[in-house]
Amino acid sequence: MDADEVSRALKRIAHEVIERNHGLDGVVVVGLQTGGVPLAERLARILKDIEGVEVPLGTLDVAFYRDDIGLRPVLPEEVTSVPVDLAGNTVILVDDVLFTGRTVRAALDALGNYGRAKAVQLAVMVDRGHRELPIRPDYVGKNLPTRRDEVVDVTDDGVSLGELVADRAGR
Amino acid sequence: MSARSLVSITDLDRDEILGIFHLADAFKEVAERPIPKVPALRGKTVATMFFEASTRTRLSFETAAKRLSADVMSFSASTSSLEKGESLRDTIETIDAMGVDAMVVRHKSSGVPAQVRAWTKASVINGGDGQHEHPTQALLDCYTIREALAARAGDEEGPEDLRGLRIGIVGDVRHSRVARSDVLAMTTLGAEVVLVGPRTLLPPSLDGWPVKATVDLDSVLGDLDVVYLLRIQRERADSALLPSLDEYHWRWGLTRQRAARLSDRTLVMHPGPMNRGVEIAPEAADLPSSLITRQVKNGVLIRMAVLFHLLGAPAPGLIDVPDVPDVPDVPDVPDVPDVPDVPEGAELPESDGQLARGALHA
Repeated sequence: MDADEVSRALKRIAHEVIERNHGLDGVVVVGLQTGGVPLAERLARILKDIEGVEVPLGTLDVAFYRDDIGLRPVLPEEVTSVPVDLAGNTVILVDDVLFTGRTVRAALDALGNYGRAKAVQLAVMVDRGHRELPIRPDYVGKNLPTRRDEVVDVTDDGVSLGELVADRAGR
Repeated sequence: MSARSLVSITDLDRDEILGIFHLADAFKEVAERPIPKVPALRGKTVATMFFEASTRTRLSFETAAKRLSADVMSFSASTSSLEKGESLRDTIETIDAMGVDAMVVRHKSSGVPAQVRAWTKASVINGGDGQHEHPTQALLDCYTIREALAARAGDEEGPEDLRGLRIGIVGDVRHSRVARSDVLAMTTLGAEVVLVGPRTLLPPSLDGWPVKATVDLDSVLGDLDVVYLLRIQRERADSALLPSLDEYHWRWGLTRQRAARLSDRTLVMHPGPMNRGVEIAPEAADLPSSLITRQVKNGVLIRMAVLFHLLGAPAPGLIDVPDVPDVPDVPDVPDVPDVPDVPEGAELPESDGQLARGALHA
């Protein structure tokens, strides 16, 4: 996927979000640290271009909710900021790559602390398979079959597939 | 040999201290949530073992553990089998056998936490031992100073450490575990420290300690970025170390007159509990630049960070920890050598290899 394809996928996802939720009433966009945050910002901008509504935008770091604390070094990477009470709202959780589903599981736990959302929908740029938990995305940029030991990177320049490097082990 | 522990500030190097601050920053946001609790240490058990009275340190540790979803066991010397004559070692081994992951130990004798570490598989955290150290207090003090500087910097990024700051520690430095840990932590982070107090309450020798000392508060007060007041124990006045509490107040206290002369950039700190009218005038603690309530608030964050640092990290040897990216070189921070002699009656743990800097990596 090159940069244009990522942009087109984001626009399509934006339209799907509006269609599925019948507009943007009560919609909150939350990006997962760190890869999901720039995508969430872009998604919120596109939603505003289409509907003229500014949706609340948050960020979430799930370091303290992971189930592998004690198995690998866990460090919070960036800030968590959820600007509104989620009770009664629909959360669009945004991440760059969906892999085992464990990060999303941790994110669902974390979101629960900010109020009982009416619904949580998951948007990812790449679904690379290899799920270890019963989690599925609602909006997908691209389904990308991978080997377990490959690394998927989403940047502003697009999506790239690389070989595993030592310091990404266990991701 | 037991798990990772925090007995002395020298168990941590500069980067580990800054790593703990980074964790505390993350926990600050957690504390502001409607539900200020994360499941990070679910299933871990923390025992707070206070052989000496304390309210704030104990409550601070227990709050921190609970916010991380750890289970907390509480032990008080006065209601324990120690009263029946059980030895300290047997008490520790009994609690160890119940399976705890961390023991927070406070004791009136210096060196007890270091000794406890040899008797248990749990992580040992020093909650204050005799006249030796109180490492979490020093961490929260440095964190609070750094936070105040960051707030002053506004939108710009605040300083990473305490380089270039002049910090005065005023009071009973000689008997103070807080002062000892603070000197070690502040100088590791690059600050310049001057000790101020009556000759009888200053360490008998500064040999090898990277600090200066003076008996004249007014000669240094104008140059200080931080005035750190220690608590004066009232019994010091009875033991002929102090002429009287009144005299202490007008020579070394932050009186109303001295407070009025302070620049509004000078930060005022105190570890609590305060003796108003002795080391601090009643109104000085309420100065806008006083950080005293921030210190208490940050105490919980720092103790969350220390618990997570010790209990949330991988067990040594379990996995290969990837290399940490290089940190830019720091100008030479003077090595902190052995502490000076302590008056008779107090024991210091031997500073053998187990206490050495970097021992946590072992």
